[in-house]
Amino acid sequence: MQELLYIQEVSKSFSGVQVLKNVSLKIKSASVHALMGENGAGKSTLMKCLFGIYRQDSGQFFLEGNEFNFTDPKHALEHGVSMVHQELNQVTQRSIIDNIWLGRYPKSGLFVDEKKMRADTLALFEQLSIHLDPDTLLNQLSVSQRQMVEIAKAISYNAKIIVLDEPTSSLTEKEVEMLFTMIRNLQRKGVSVIYISHKMDEIFEICDEVTVLRDGSFVGTESLKEINMEKLVNMMVGRQLENRFPPKTNVPGEVHFEVKNLSTSYKPYIKDVNFALRRGEILGLAGLVGAGRTETAEAIFGVRTRASGEFFIDGNPITLKSPKDAKKNHFAFLTEERRRTGIYPVGNITFNSTIANVNAYKNKFGFTKDREMEKDTDTQIKAMRIRTSSKRELIRSLSGGNQQKVIIGRWLLTNPDILILDEPTRGIDVGAKYEIYQLIINLAMQNKSVIMISSEMPELLGITNRILVMSNGRVAGILETEKTNQEEIFHLATKYLNNSKEAEI
Amino acid sequence: MNAPALPKLGSMTAQKWRDFLINNGIYIVIFFIIAIIVISEPGFISIAVFRNILTQSSVRLILAFGVGGIIILQGTDLSLGRLVGFAAVISASLLQRADYASRFYPDLPALPLFVPLIIAMLVMALFSGINGWVVARFKIHPFLATLGMMITVYGILSIYFASGAPGPQPIGGYDDRYTEAVVGETLGVPNLVIYAAIVSALVWVLWNKTTFGKNLYAVGGNPEAAEVSGVNVTHTIVWVYILAGFLYGIGGFLEAARIGSANNGTGFGYELDAIAACVVGGISFSGGIGKVSGAIAGVLMFTIISYGMTFMGLDQYYQYIIKGVIIVVAVALDNQKYLKKT
Ligand SMILES: Nc1ncnc2c1ncn2[C@@H]1O[C@H](COP(=O)(O)OP(=O)(O)OP(=O)(O)O)[C@@H](O)[C@H]1O
Ligand SMILES: [Mg+2]
Repeated sequence: MQELLYIQEVSKSFSGVQVLKNVSLKIKSASVHALMGENGAGKSTLMKCLFGIYRQDSGQFFLEGNEFNFTDPKHALEHGVSMVHQELNQVTQRSIIDNIWLGRYPKSGLFVDEKKMRADTLALFEQLSIHLDPDTLLNQLSVSQRQMVEIAKAISYNAKIIVLDEPTSSLTEKEVEMLFTMIRNLQRKGVSVIYISHKMDEIFEICDEVTVLRDGSFVGTESLKEINMEKLVNMMVGRQLENRFPPKTNVPGEVHFEVKNLSTSYKPYIKDVNFALRRGEILGLAGLVGAGRTETAEAIFGVRTRASGEFFIDGNPITLKSPKDAKKNHFAFLTEERRRTGIYPVGNITFNSTIANVNAYKNKFGFTKDREMEKDTDTQIKAMRIRTSSKRELIRSLSGGNQQKVIIGRWLLTNPDILILDEPTRGIDVGAKYEIYQLIINLAMQNKSVIMISSEMPELLGITNRILVMSNGRVAGILETEKTNQEEIFHLATKYLNNSKEAEI
Repeated sequence: MNAPALPKLGSMTAQKWRDFLINNGIYIVIFFIIAIIVISEPGFISIAVFRNILTQSSVRLILAFGVGGIIILQGTDLSLGRLVGFAAVISASLLQRADYASRFYPDLPALPLFVPLIIAMLVMALFSGINGWVVARFKIHPFLATLGMMITVYGILSIYFASGAPGPQPIGGYDDRYTEAVVGETLGVPNLVIYAAIVSALVWVLWNKTTFGKNLYAVGGNPEAAEVSGVNVTHTIVWVYILAGFLYGIGGFLEAARIGSANNGTGFGYELDAIAACVVGGISFSGGIGKVSGAIAGVLMFTIISYGMTFMGLDQYYQYIIKGVIIVVAVALDNQKYLKKT
């Protein structure tokens, strides 16, 4: 195998802080190459230099032996490099078709050739077994569907190298399988894939080689056949990591919060959802994509229109009409799509981590106590290992995973009684995941109740007390975590699917 | 995908009803206003009124398309009015009757009509293009960039206006061909309406069927996404402003003849009417959303309201109050459309 891409001694600084230090690596042709490292290690930055979004300070890129320097993404795309970005970069007001062919609309004469675009999109979807109507607007799709569209788009460039920066962050297992089939097909055609992910099992399943970055420096490239998980984690974090999950020390008590007959008015529908959450309990929400887990959380929180539903705290009925009501009843909700719904990009870290809780920082004159806000922010930065030069840095200059941590910290700071977490560890590195699990369990030990939506089975099995499995908008079953396993959950997740087509995307 | 059975019928009809009201809010508002006007003044329903409304909407519509494109880009254009005024003054100064006493250029031969039109379009495209370049290149908010341009252009326009042979006085006494081409009619249809229809068709094709149009919506909706997909964002922005300049040039050319004279105050405040019409017609300030039909509806609605209220003999100051309220209500209704989805 000959090398397809050679990255030689690339360095990059942002306003004096060096985030890439002489990184070199080789990607063989027709290989799947994992790029790993903790949040903020510099993975995305390296790929953005390759793709022409950033300009490296020094160092070269060679594609099939020829030096190149892409000055902008258009240039990179034209030379056979395509990329799925960590943050979904899409025009959500427009249709799937318009997004896929954006930047290279086929023309017939003066006009855009709509017919060809539609035909090509359908062919592409057919080939990748994606079942979506290409005329749907992106804002009508779920995050995972949007991610599949983005992946399909990257593949459609017929590139020699496809960079996938955390492509599976919001995909469920079924879709991940589909993605892996796509990757293997591409590999057979001689395409190389650079695969960035924090999910170990994926890396071992699909990748041939792995390169690890730590603090912007190259640590090593290994064949995945010759390395085990322990050694890999060790390379990433630079220390020994004993367990993936902290011990479950919380003890669920009486029923705390109860949901009865919850249904929604608009698509995607959920229907007659009933469950009871106990005090100090961590309840997992499992299911396939589109099963209605996020919708359930949104309906509880009052951001999704309900057709029916009653809520009780300690047996007393409560009103939850809007996020404001929810806050009054001490709910907190960490949303799935944090970049769109959670981040104030031009605010600094302190602002972003305390904004949901400013009232707690008022002094007797009604002014905010800035010193205390900064102190609490510092605590969060330490507890979750947020990689930043200062709490006054703008959140948008943090790496994707570190932005997530700030937002998680924000909701933990509101000191909620009932915490709903939608995919809390998405995009978080192995080391920091452990810290976040610990924080969640600590909350439960203080008699707070937690609902955790997750697509990562091991994580659900690892830290929850019970798991509610949803299927097609309905509750398929509620299981004791101790007494269940992955197979049973899977089986329940498909309970209300009436044909196999629905099981895919 | 996941689509369990629809909720039960009873609740659905009420829901559907509400959705219908929300989705068609602006049309319903127009309908009610027309109904009120018609009930109090049955004479409002007549061919003559209909013609007048269409004629009065024509230039406004052309201008609304110009700024509409810029609003789709998450921008706005305060210099519209002054640019239209400049185009009007240029056109007027170049198309006076040979025997008119106080000509701007006493010795100018009679020009073919298209010459002043093209000159007005090119000059406005230049100024508007500068707006676009400043916005795209220096990332200056369009509000500020075009505010600067609005003031600058007023200066330039006034200097030009004062430089004519008779000094600073309204330019009138047009060549008959000019007046006829603009305020005349063809086969019973006012020429202005024909021009507006042609421009609407062209803009529709441009916005919906060309790469330029698709890029316009993409850059307006999410400039970063457009950038990483290989769209030349700067280029797109500059061209949207240039196109607006062309439309302002046409608008000014028509407006000078429609009014019958032009001076350095012509066009003052037009930007606010045009912007209001666009947003009322659903062209969203948050970018990436807007249709040709929306601009048409917005412009028609404003003309109908002002014409109708004048027709009813309503005091001008009351008209202001009603218009102001309508802008806010219409935009609020329009927003509901995007809010209700969940
Ligand atoms: N535009 C920017 N301005 C300033 N600093 C930046 C910018 N982009 C990235 N950084 C910094 O560079 C470092 C590396 O970030 P990068 O996004 O490459 O990390 P990553 O390895 O992709 O992490 P993650 O797993 O969280 O996505 C981080 O410390 C981040 O704060
Ligand atoms: Mg990253």
